Amino acid sequence: MTLETKDLKRMASQVRRDILRMVYECQSGHPGGSLGCTDYLVALYFRIMKHDPSFNMDGKGEDLFFLSNGHISPVFYSTLARSGYFDIAELKTFRKINSRVQGHPTTHEGLPGIRIASGSLGQGMSVAIGAALAKKMNKDHALVFSLHGDGELQEGQNWEAAMFAPFNKVDNLISAVDVNGQQIDGPTDKVLGLLDLHEKFSAFGWDVMHADGNEMEGIVEALEEAKTRTGKGKPVMILMKTEMGKGVDFMEGSHKWHGVAPNEQQLADALGQLEETYGDF
Amino acid sequence: MKKYTYTESKDTRSGFGAGLLEAGRKNDQVVALCADLVGSLKMADFIKEFPDRFIQVGIAEANMIGMAAGLTIGGKIPFTGTFANFSTGRVYDQIRQSVAYSDKNVKICASHAGLTLGEDGATHQILEDIGLMKMLPGMTVINPCDYNQTKAATEAIAEFEGPVYLRFGRPVVPVFTPADQKFEIGKAWTVNEGADVSIFATGHLVWEAILAGEKLAEEGIDVEIINIHTIKPMDEEAVLKSVRKTGCVVSCEEHNRYGGMGESIAQLLATHLPTPMEFVAVDDTFGESGKPEELMKKYGLDSSDIVKAVKKVMKRK
Repeated sequence: MTLETKDLKRMASQVRRDILRMVYECQSGHPGGSLGCTDYLVALYFRIMKHDPSFNMDGKGEDLFFLSNGHISPVFYSTLARSGYFDIAELKTFRKINSRVQGHPTTHEGLPGIRIASGSLGQGMSVAIGAALAKKMNKDHALVFSLHGDGELQEGQNWEAAMFAPFNKVDNLISAVDVNGQQIDGPTDKVLGLLDLHEKFSAFGWDVMHADGNEMEGIVEALEEAKTRTGKGKPVMILMKTEMGKGVDFMEGSHKWHGVAPNEQQLADALGQLEETYGDF
Repeated sequence: MKKYTYTESKDTRSGFGAGLLEAGRKNDQVVALCADLVGSLKMADFIKEFPDRFIQVGIAEANMIGMAAGLTIGGKIPFTGTFANFSTGRVYDQIRQSVAYSDKNVKICASHAGLTLGEDGATHQILEDIGLMKMLPGMTVINPCDYNQTKAATEAIAEFEGPVYLRFGRPVVPVFTPADQKFEIGKAWTVNEGADVSIFATGHLVWEAILAGEKLAEEGIDVEIINIHTIKPMDEEAVLKSVRKTGCVVSCEEHNRYGGMGESIAQLLATHLPTPMEFVAVDDTFGESGKPEELMKKYGLDSSDIVKAVKKVMKRK
């Protein structure tokens, strides 16, 4: 399903409602980062990527997406369900016993659309590079996308991967970092500052871009631009500025909503700010 | 005691190198990754024949495991190569999440396992790797005993769907298994049939068990020697069948007594057939620098230790 930009915005509103209702339902999960990355995920799955919701693991000929910061699973699950990978009714089972919709994404329960488990941070870039290498070996010209948290970049494995990809000309990879400046213990600048990510990734050999991750026209344009930069000998990195909790005024910009569920009143307030566009699950 | 002879000695890691080349010839989906130890892992022949199917990762084992997991998504069968220490302890979480929990068809191939790595000392001599790997749900754990068995095992795991830990070593040891053997994952090999004691051995300790069996035969003790090359899944039927006959057990492995093959056998027996048992294994300590044979002697892993353990356990029947 490919949507026009105005419908992408409507879909983003619905996905945000899903995120809040999923997290409320089980009183557990990570709404902040999920809301912040909604526009990016919706743009990817409903405009940018060539993908098949009938799902096969190998994804030959398809663009692939890997979520490295697995704790923002609510936005991933909602986007997959709304794209047709599984029934939206299954979103109700998020984080509940006997569910395929686990707290963090996993292949283990057979949920369509998931190709790797993530949750323990810092592993997704390596996996995405591996999948990109397999595409090259298979002469498959589709692309690989990956998303990473900014706090997550404190994990050392990212920098092993960041060193590998440009040196080996993995130029069918478009990674993005969700630069929201927040992590569990507070602002990244206070916990362990990332300093200049543009300089860092450039120095490692990436083609670095910037985007406003909460502005639909902007993120679509950035992803389209990123696609034109593939195949030129460098992996592409989009440093995507977002606001944690985007779309719900009392959640915006604070690490306090990283991993906390809203109560009944807060849910009602939040849903009042987001139009139901494609029908709640 | 059946007579075992050998005409040559080789390192098991060379068996891996030869097996990898064969696996690569048989299946063009087989790819190899290495973290700056191509020479040690004997990967040169594979690289020469299949340069486009080899990925030099540099000294970055976590990235290697993650990339291997990603490569399976395009249908590749990745074999990762580095020392056993860096194949397991260093990357446990990467293996746990990106490989085992994600059900990825990655073959983790680990050389220089155990004390016989020798002079490099304890930083490199991992004695905990079997335990780490066998605890992961869905992981198959294999520790072959000589060049030929390692080669056959390497070819076999390429045809097997699922994550595998293949453990082998550095030193040159006797080649006593047949070159044309078929390696069956999870199927124990009866090295010698006997009635008095069951010796279960894996890896380099299989040859030591044969030497011990010859010595014990001279004293009239009839040992059964079973090679447990696949530690997980364990060939439970073979173990129970042997122990029902002999009534006592000695396990032999180049690994910590905690977490190793012996522990898996003990758990099986405690559940189904409680039996006196002795463990020839490293007694919960780190290793040190030295020559392989000196270390095996100092840490109680040579044939004379197996002889002692057999005599001890037979008295407990």
